[in-house]
Amino acid sequence: MAVKDYLRERFFPHLWCPGCGHGEVLGGLIRAIERLGLRKNDIVMVSGIGCSSRIVGYVDFHTMHTIHGRALAFATGVKLARPELTLIVPMGDGDALAIGGNHFIHAARRNIDLTAIVMNNRIYGMTGGQFSPLSGVNVSATTAPFRTIDKSFDIVELSRAAGATFVARSTTYHAQHLSEVIEKAIRHKGFSVVEVLTQCPTYFGRKNRIGDAPEMVKWLKDHTTPVGSKAKQENPALIERGVFVDLEAPEYCEEYGRLVERAMGGRR
Amino acid sequence: MGKTVRFVQGNEACVEGALYAGLNFYAGYPITPSTEIAELLSLKLPQRGGKFIQMEDEIASLCAIIGASLTGCKVMTATSGPGFSLMQEALGYAVMAEIPCVIVDVQRGGPSTGIPTHVSQGDVNQARWGTHGDHAIITLTASNHQDVFAITVEAFNLSETYRTPVILLFDEVVAHMREKLVLPEPGELHTVERLKTAVKEGVDYHPYLPREDGRLPMSDFGGVHRYNVTGLVHDMWGFPSTEPRVVHGLLRHLVDKIENRAHELARFKEFHLDDADIVLIAYGSSARSALHLVEERRRRGERLGLLELQTLWPFPADVVRTRCSRARAVVVVEMNMGQLLPSVKLAVERPDRVFLANRIDGVFITPADIHNILRIIQGKGV
Repeated sequence: MAVKDYLRERFFPHLWCPGCGHGEVLGGLIRAIERLGLRKNDIVMVSGIGCSSRIVGYVDFHTMHTIHGRALAFATGVKLARPELTLIVPMGDGDALAIGGNHFIHAARRNIDLTAIVMNNRIYGMTGGQFSPLSGVNVSATTAPFRTIDKSFDIVELSRAAGATFVARSTTYHAQHLSEVIEKAIRHKGFSVVEVLTQCPTYFGRKNRIGDAPEMVKWLKDHTTPVGSKAKQENPALIERGVFVDLEAPEYCEEYGRLVERAMGGRR
Repeated sequence: MGKTVRFVQGNEACVEGALYAGLNFYAGYPITPSTEIAELLSLKLPQRGGKFIQMEDEIASLCAIIGASLTGCKVMTATSGPGFSLMQEALGYAVMAEIPCVIVDVQRGGPSTGIPTHVSQGDVNQARWGTHGDHAIITLTASNHQDVFAITVEAFNLSETYRTPVILLFDEVVAHMREKLVLPEPGELHTVERLKTAVKEGVDYHPYLPREDGRLPMSDFGGVHRYNVTGLVHDMWGFPSTEPRVVHGLLRHLVDKIENRAHELARFKEFHLDDADIVLIAYGSSARSALHLVEERRRRGERLGLLELQTLWPFPADVVRTRCSRARAVVVVEMNMGQLLPSVKLAVERPDRVFLANRIDGVFITPADIHNILRIIQGKGV
């Protein structure tokens, strides 16, 4: 199928700002699904609240736009009820890791077969540019006029520690790589996390004088390096991209199926 | 064949009622005095191939059952005051997105952590107005285990019929007390199955376009119709809209589908009301003491009657008005500071004759407590 066959074209043009990276994530996601050959009726996409969460309105799947931070909890209910469906959960950095942080670590702990895509632009865009738990220190935001003193989470390390069995990072500059890791994440059986470093030129870029969208995307190119590269050894400040965790481990819904067999004493 | 008779807690009667109604997905988080519901379902649901999941908090619990409901499951969660507070945002989502689900709140003393192991009926108004924005809600309760079973079945039926969350507002006394429960046979009580759309694949399905009778046939996630579900104000396809006509129409629909049916949603029981000159109005465990007092005073020739409400919201104003029209005094019995009292006063012709008999100290209200207050109302002293 063509890319446009996965889209609800009547809702375009989309509501994201010119230069926003979220459209590139949407593009990478659709191309991944196309390569996987998934049926549209078998995909459920669940999101929370924020710019990134509006992605569900544009895709022709079963879609659920829920409440702030809780997308993974809703998705857990859908998945456990119907394990044969493919669950994709796009979230923003604040959505996933501030208000939704508890659900994030518990979904990872259960290793339930959901694909979490964290679109990390290090800012709350929908509400107009407040700092997030991914902004890091010394960042300007509308709630940080004297710059931030709050340290940032490392999504990869947090996911790994919480028990996610697939963890990857990519950027909107590396569009091909981004689509490939999303494909691997969806294919992976268990809780998968893809962190996508993306740009918010309207708020993060402007407030922090990084420049316009092309300059922000170039920043992502210049400040990241493949995982395990020599460049990282020489310059530890570089952010690694690639697949960090890819483990086989018991998946929650499959384990639940075995629990039911035990409970029914082989009567099934 | 003899009936199955059990000696159970109220929480267990609720579990049996839910399973009878077809519950097949439960998510919850432990909290006193509701925990037995989760414990029992963690045993009974897997044994019949159903789904039980213990979530990380009450917010996630309600979110998970809403997600499961969209796939066609009959779903429930259970909690108490603090957990019910946490659920309010997701409750509003279920109202807005019109997703059937049953939420049990076994009330304990509040506010905050309050007195977890003692009784209260302090969540009556939270059930009505806990979530933000104009909305309507169905809230049911019961005073004994046979009724807990039946009203739980009813909660599922109304939830499916009107595509709305239904709150079962029990209290610690009913939940933890043990008494007889006669299990109804399959088919003995009416159970409502979900109304599914007849729209064929490839034909435009409108998930939020009510039929002439106001009902909205559903399509399961994973089925042939792909649509959007959102907590934003939405059009008949489920997509966001700020069109004033759409906003107005949706809010009216959400409120009218319940408030306009207040009369048919009214579940209540009447005891000696025909000639009563003093009418007690009570619900939940308070109704047990009220009924005891009514029977006792009747034996002494006093004309007391009881109206036991099982539907608290939408408030059954017509029922209250007609049953109280000849009463010299109406006494609302509740274990709170009078949460249903204003609704009763609004409903009756003589609000100056409506009084409150209550306890708010975590101790179960007794027939003697109510009698003492009756004597004061009657000017007889204590």
